[in-house]
Amino acid sequence: MAKRIDVNNLNVFYGSFMAVEDVSLAIEPNSVTALIGPSGCGKSTFLRTLNRMHEVIPGARVEGEVLMDGTNLYDSDIDPVAVRRHVGMVFQRPNPFPTMSIAENVVAGVKLNSRRMSKGDTEDMVESSLKGANLWDEVKDRLDKPGSSLSGGQQQRLCIARAIAIKPDVLLMDEPCSALDPISTLAIEDLIQELKTNYTIVIVTHNMQQAARVSEKTAFFNIAGSGKPGKLIEMNDTTTIFSVPSEKATEDYISGRFG
Amino acid sequence: MATTAAYSPLGTLSTRRRFTNRLMSSLVYLAFAVALIPLIWLSVTVVSRGTDRFMVDSKGERHLNFDFLTQSMRGVFGGMPEGGIYHAIIGTLLITLAATVISVPIGLLTAIYIVEYGTGKLRYAVRFFVDVMTGIPSIVAGLFAYALFAILFGPGTKTGVVGAVALSVLMIPVVVRASEEMLRLVPNELREAAYALGVPKWLTVLKVVVRTAFAGITTGVTLAIARVIGETAPLLIAVGVADSLNTNLTNGRMMTLPVYIVSEWRKGDAVCNDPTAVCIPQITEYRAWAAALVLILIVMALNLIARLISKYFSPKTGR
Repeated sequence: MAKRIDVNNLNVFYGSFMAVEDVSLAIEPNSVTALIGPSGCGKSTFLRTLNRMHEVIPGARVEGEVLMDGTNLYDSDIDPVAVRRHVGMVFQRPNPFPTMSIAENVVAGVKLNSRRMSKGDTEDMVESSLKGANLWDEVKDRLDKPGSSLSGGQQQRLCIARAIAIKPDVLLMDEPCSALDPISTLAIEDLIQELKTNYTIVIVTHNMQQAARVSEKTAFFNIAGSGKPGKLIEMNDTTTIFSVPSEKATEDYISGRFG
Repeated sequence: MATTAAYSPLGTLSTRRRFTNRLMSSLVYLAFAVALIPLIWLSVTVVSRGTDRFMVDSKGERHLNFDFLTQSMRGVFGGMPEGGIYHAIIGTLLITLAATVISVPIGLLTAIYIVEYGTGKLRYAVRFFVDVMTGIPSIVAGLFAYALFAILFGPGTKTGVVGAVALSVLMIPVVVRASEEMLRLVPNELREAAYALGVPKWLTVLKVVVRTAFAGITTGVTLAIARVIGETAPLLIAVGVADSLNTNLTNGRMMTLPVYIVSEWRKGDAVCNDPTAVCIPQITEYRAWAAALVLILIVMALNLIARLISKYFSPKTGR
């Protein structure tokens, strides 16, 4: 079930370095929210704070709160591992597990957690997840082949199938198409449109046409200079951001006058 | 046109570059050939001399038989044509197995600590001491194990376990370094993929990182086994010598192949005084070479098994 996310006054630190400063925004359920901005502006870092993946890096910490349907993900009694079961993630480069077959990759979220599933349930999960990721017809005859035997675009859809197999509430995508060709990109974008009926989606992209095509809301992040923290400049309906942004920095960036 | 070269905007391949290319290629091939000489020489020598013992039967007649593999040295003396390495093969396999059982968990967990969990000074210190351990002379490892068991169980304790501990001291650093390299090769993206699926760190390490690196770790462990299976000095001190079969690692001395080779070689030529008995003066030398041949074959077989295991577990790429 899709959930809404409210971020209040979030600061992100790597050790003593402040990477992202004072972000407050709301992400609506069953919508696609795009995060755009120049490299190093902290949008990927911010995305990772939504499922506490930034904590994988030693010294990373946050101040402020991230509420998912009212529950603060950073409450001291919240298990970061449990957060990631509710907020799935797809990465920039497709990363299927090389030791697993296509089917095993799809059910990895369950099998790696040592939970047992009947053969029928496993098959159902493989089929429904691969159908959900628009990959079923392409791979249904070779489910036992290694995941790395697929093309880049197929691998990325396999990673999406793997992420949605554990039925998260929110799906985070960190530049999911930047390693893919235009046709695979189109397939992923179509998929994002279908996925938003069931999930809340947050996508980081460098491709502004992509942000305009897939998202309802767009947030623009910027950075004042190297060594300075990234900030949320503005967030609004995607059509508004791309036609009449309220900030000059946004207009400069989307019209290519940046830098 | 035949006498003057056509003008080329890319210039022409100079004589000097042609010469340098030939010279360096020749040097590379020469070095390769030189490196092959000892390998081939050794193989030929061990095979030709190692088969002598297999050509002598208990009556001293010359035909191929495998008595050598099924007999121990119990009741064998002088120039008697009998006597074999059954007890030494079993001893070597048992002690090496015990050393592997001790070393692999310790070595693998240490490597996991270094790569996945360790930070700061402690991690640095662990790596430093593993490096130091790599350089420990094997005789020192043998003396250490002997002294340790002398303190714990009284002086003169020589059992298979003491030898296994001595070999472990030599094996652990090799296992740690090999596993560490392999764990480092696992892309970080796979760890992140598992974390993002809500998999706890310890399961990620166990089922993704170690599983992905498993083929390489197997190869590393085999190399470590190959490194210690031929160790002589520590086993001579820690396990001693025995003439008959002993399968109990915790009680009594055992024979091992390298120690067998040394002890047969040390006996020198047998003295044949009794004209009525079958006596072969060079039998001890035959036995030493044959045992060396068997030792090499065991190491080769282990390598082969490890290759099969690593092939089975390595990440699949094909369609």
